[in-house]
Amino acid sequence: MIDKRKPTLKLENLCVQYSVKGEKRQILHGVNIEIAPGEAYGIVGESGCGKSTAAYAVLRYLPRNGSVNQGRILINGQDLLGLGKAQLRELRRTSVAMVYQDPGRALNPTIRVGLQIEEVFELARIPKSEWAHRTEEVLRRVRISDPQQVMERYPHQLSGGMQQRVAIAMALASMPTLLVLDEPTTGLDATVEADILDLILQLRRDSSTSILFISHNLAVIAKMCDRVGVLYAGRLVEEGRTGDVFNSPRHPYTVGLLRCLPQRGRSKNVAPLTTIPGVLPPAGAVIPGCVFSPRCAVADEICRTIEPDIADLGNRLCKCHYPERASIMAVVEPLPPIQYRSSYDPDPALEIRHLNMTYGAETIKFKALHDVSLTLGRGETLGLVGESGSGKTTLARNILGIVKPDAGSSIRLDGKQAAAELAGRTREQVKALQIVFQNPDSALNRSHTVRHMINRTIAKLTNISKRDRERRVHELTRAVKLSDRYLDARPSQLSGGLKQRVAIARAFSGDPRIVVCDEPTSALDVSVQAAILNLLVELQNSKQVSFIFISHDLGVVRYLSDRIAVLYLGRVMEIGPAEDVFSGPHHPYTEALLSSVPSIDGKHPERVKLDGEVPSALKPPSGCVFHTRCSRKLGSICENTAPDLVALGNLHAIRCHIPAEQLPRSRGPG
Amino acid sequence: MLPGNVGRAMLGPFADQRAVDLLNHEMGTDRPYLVQYGDWISGFLAGDLGLSYAYRAPVSEFLATALLNSLKLSLVAFLMVVPLGILVGVIAALQRDRAIDRVISVVGLSASIVPEFVSGIILILIFGVSLRWFPISATWPTGAGFFTQIYYLILPSVPLVLILFGYIARMTRAGMIEALDAEYTRTAILKGLSYPQVIWRHVLRNALLPTISVIATQTVYLIGGLVVIEILFHYQGIGSLIFTAAQKRDFPMLQAGVMVVGALFVATTLLADLIYAALNPRIRLGSQ
Amino acid sequence: MMTDDNVRAETIRNKKERRNLYRIIGSYTFIIGAAIVLFWVLCAIFGRMLVPFDPFADDMLNSLSPPSTEHWFGTDQLGRDVFSRVIAGARDILTIAPLATLISAVVGTALGLVMGYFGGVVDEVTSRIVDAVLALPTVIVALLALTALGTSIVAVLFVIGFTFAPIIARTVRASVLTERGLDYVSAAKLRRESSLYIMFVEILPNIIPPIVVETTVRLGYAIFTVATLSFIGFGIQPPSPDWGLSISTNYGLIGGGYWWTVVFDSLAIASLVIGVNLMADGIQSVLND
Repeated sequence: MIDKRKPTLKLENLCVQYSVKGEKRQILHGVNIEIAPGEAYGIVGESGCGKSTAAYAVLRYLPRNGSVNQGRILINGQDLLGLGKAQLRELRRTSVAMVYQDPGRALNPTIRVGLQIEEVFELARIPKSEWAHRTEEVLRRVRISDPQQVMERYPHQLSGGMQQRVAIAMALASMPTLLVLDEPTTGLDATVEADILDLILQLRRDSSTSILFISHNLAVIAKMCDRVGVLYAGRLVEEGRTGDVFNSPRHPYTVGLLRCLPQRGRSKNVAPLTTIPGVLPPAGAVIPGCVFSPRCAVADEICRTIEPDIADLGNRLCKCHYPERASIMAVVEPLPPIQYRSSYDPDPALEIRHLNMTYGAETIKFKALHDVSLTLGRGETLGLVGESGSGKTTLARNILGIVKPDAGSSIRLDGKQAAAELAGRTREQVKALQIVFQNPDSALNRSHTVRHMINRTIAKLTNISKRDRERRVHELTRAVKLSDRYLDARPSQLSGGLKQRVAIARAFSGDPRIVVCDEPTSALDVSVQAAILNLLVELQNSKQVSFIFISHDLGVVRYLSDRIAVLYLGRVMEIGPAEDVFSGPHHPYTEALLSSVPSIDGKHPERVKLDGEVPSALKPPSGCVFHTRCSRKLGSICENTAPDLVALGNLHAIRCHIPAEQLPRSRGPG
Repeated sequence: MLPGNVGRAMLGPFADQRAVDLLNHEMGTDRPYLVQYGDWISGFLAGDLGLSYAYRAPVSEFLATALLNSLKLSLVAFLMVVPLGILVGVIAALQRDRAIDRVISVVGLSASIVPEFVSGIILILIFGVSLRWFPISATWPTGAGFFTQIYYLILPSVPLVLILFGYIARMTRAGMIEALDAEYTRTAILKGLSYPQVIWRHVLRNALLPTISVIATQTVYLIGGLVVIEILFHYQGIGSLIFTAAQKRDFPMLQAGVMVVGALFVATTLLADLIYAALNPRIRLGSQ
Repeated sequence: MMTDDNVRAETIRNKKERRNLYRIIGSYTFIIGAAIVLFWVLCAIFGRMLVPFDPFADDMLNSLSPPSTEHWFGTDQLGRDVFSRVIAGARDILTIAPLATLISAVVGTALGLVMGYFGGVVDEVTSRIVDAVLALPTVIVALLALTALGTSIVAVLFVIGFTFAPIIARTVRASVLTERGLDYVSAAKLRRESSLYIMFVEILPNIIPPIVVETTVRLGYAIFTVATLSFIGFGIQPPSPDWGLSISTNYGLIGGGYWWTVVFDSLAIASLVIGVNLMADGIQSVLND
């Protein structure tokens, strides 16, 4: 019996702490949240803000060293913390359910999927005869078309998107009043993510389940939630209706966060991204006054000494002494835009022709790259976009020479042929083509100091004498804005942003002409990402270096790139100037990709749904590889003949059978 | 292929050289090694393992009985250690980081590193000589029944149990802990299952899988232990067979014994792999 | 726009190293183990100078006398004082086993690095050989080898060294495979570093913890193996007061009640191996964090 007047979830002054090696670290400080029945509430924040802790606290599943030291949690009016073990289990069986980030790991690999779902019915004391039928039903609800087959499978036999659907089905099977979702789509491909989010929206409409949605991605929250709470260092700093908060934020942190994002219409040629100075405080740090004050542009002495109360601004809560100041925060001066040459450069920095690459040996071969050709001008940024299996990372590694392409592939650097393998290239060539990897923990040797890493790179790639190397090291660290005191540090002592700066400094040691950036900011928080992107733009301006920028984040790609190439299953589907690719006419796949990206301003283009998932590279579809999922398929020509790249003028080419005038254009604000 | 003049070894250092040469020629040990070896391999495959130098009788007879004896001893040890090791490992994992876990760890560790002959001797002294609960020689009187044989084998198998116990318990514990920390366990708990249900239905099946495969690798240590134990307890198993063959330079016997041991190891590993593949759905069915 | 990071970060690494050291030293198991091992090491070095009786001196009049105030551990068949022999017996085993372990560590690490880094044919072939060696129990392999090579100390050293090397190589290889997949190796290739440099300067420092752990465990097993080999007569030879050897000479006597001729040597072996393993356990629990 659910009392409709009582909130489904109420966090009252919730304080959670962890005990780490004897020290107590306060993670959540007096968080107050209320979720009404049927409402979707989002908690957004960067890493370490405590959002996952809040989610697990709601299920009373804190790790052994975690505890609630103050406050209450009420679910449907029941005090969660006062429940006995049996009552807690009952609550988990019937009232609250959770969906997590990595569905592959959340499902038991040795038990068939159907049985795992049936277990939920068993716990709800439903008669055994009904289990199979109900499982089928709930799988159909999550739009799995062949539930009987799926029920017989083991989790590893399903794709990522399917696994998450199963997890959602399992969560909904008990018909909970509260569904907690912790980053449920992080790690899934863009189109799959959009599918899952749409599914959740639809399921909401059909039932009165309340939703607590945790994410670091503001756009996703904007799409999914009615209200949002912004968490910073364990404190709820702002709360209100999603549209209101994102369109007119009242807390300086929220303002800063929104300004960091490369949103529609922004481009590096217009203005750099604004960043939030300073860094996130470490977990459990004790900061006098307002926790955000060390980084706040409009803070004063009061902010630094007295902790602010929560100001009630009528349907909006804000933990700030001066909520009215947020809207007048200054914007950094724009840098002069780079002159991009739109005409064809007869002397490109990099030229790739007919690059093919096959992985594997003997019986299990698959072709990762098919006939990829592209050129890169000097000082130009080429964005590479694609989902998993698209081959974008493979392409990068081939260009660099880390892996060997098939015979017949040609890579020309500055007009001269470069050997397929790294060993065959001259030092000049190696020096000219460098990379910044996605994960700085993997890219920096954890046993070496920063100084050693940069110094060694300089020594191996240039002729600079030993005496002058020190100077060069300082030159580089200054260029990436890395303070000298980190030179003797090891990577484990540095934050993600700092590590990435070291990686960039290292890549620039030999004054490269082309730097491949392989998802360089994907592992970083939003505020740190903005600083790194700005840095890359600055370096490009001053050194005329070309970038090949790989990312799954279309917003970032759009901000940074002059030209964009869209890859699907190792083939270039579209290539052209950034604006043209984004606004159309463009390839149906590009159209679908663009429409699957949620937007913060709440205005979404009509979603183009794609059927199924990305096919396996081992058995690509015949003809046009995209035809199995294309909503604009012409007919049998798409199934039988692979289309060539057709030029649309202005260096824009598309691989599709559809004639140019019928190609989709982007709808919605551009 | 081991050096050592066979004829000389058999007749002793004082025999006349001509007698030695004659013997070598008779046995065929003066032919080139490759020829001798080739001969032996073809014989092996045909089931003829040659004649033992020391006993002047077919190797296969000795080998067969010795193998059987060793298998009996190993089985007794195995049947004791596997359930015990797994049980203790599971308990240690469930009581992770508490006193009993540490005690189990240390005891298991210590027991497994003490050489078999040391623990054997101490056991003999306590249970064989002092208390007289068990016989100190493992060779039972001919015609002994099933239970008598087991009785004789208990004391010698204890050192083997000690050697293997630590490793099995440790592996089980590690497997359990990994399963307990896994995300699917979290899912199971948050579904509302009681803790015992979670362990029984979700955790154990994943935890024990890796343990099964490593048990096979332990046969190597088991066989190594057999050599020492069989010597200590005067037991005619394959271990003591190999030992005496090495001492006496009885090469056909030695070669055959070593081959059998190697083959045993390969067979058990294969069996373990098969069992693992059968139980692990990921391998059984592959991915889609 | 300068971004500043937390100053605490700088001091973290130094603190971590020191904290690790304290935790190793502070764990009870390590302390007890180290105490035992230290005791035997001192015996090995100074033992023969400090014992009451000459370990090699026969005294047939007093043969097989039980423990007394004069002979604390009694005497053996030749009247030699068991206590002195037990103390003196530490030397041989504590010379051979650590040396053998060192050989195996060096050879094993180099082998593992090459196998893991180069992969391909080199790895395939070496792996097959390693698997073949590891398919037979160490004792049997040692038996075979020592039958061929004779039972000198050097032979025992090399036999153990080379049978343990593949075990260490396997652990090293696994760690190298993990490291090889990390991007800093690609980054090193992108500055044209030689394979040797990558293996020893880039990868090796990162895999030291598992090597240390494995080596300390191997030391325990080296002692185990030397003792066992001595027991079956293929290891240390008479007239050494080595424990395994003493036990093998005297165990026929226990039926007659002369327990002191084997018990103390047995306890010596047991305490030494357990001591080493406790140290290994202490090191492992800290380094495996």
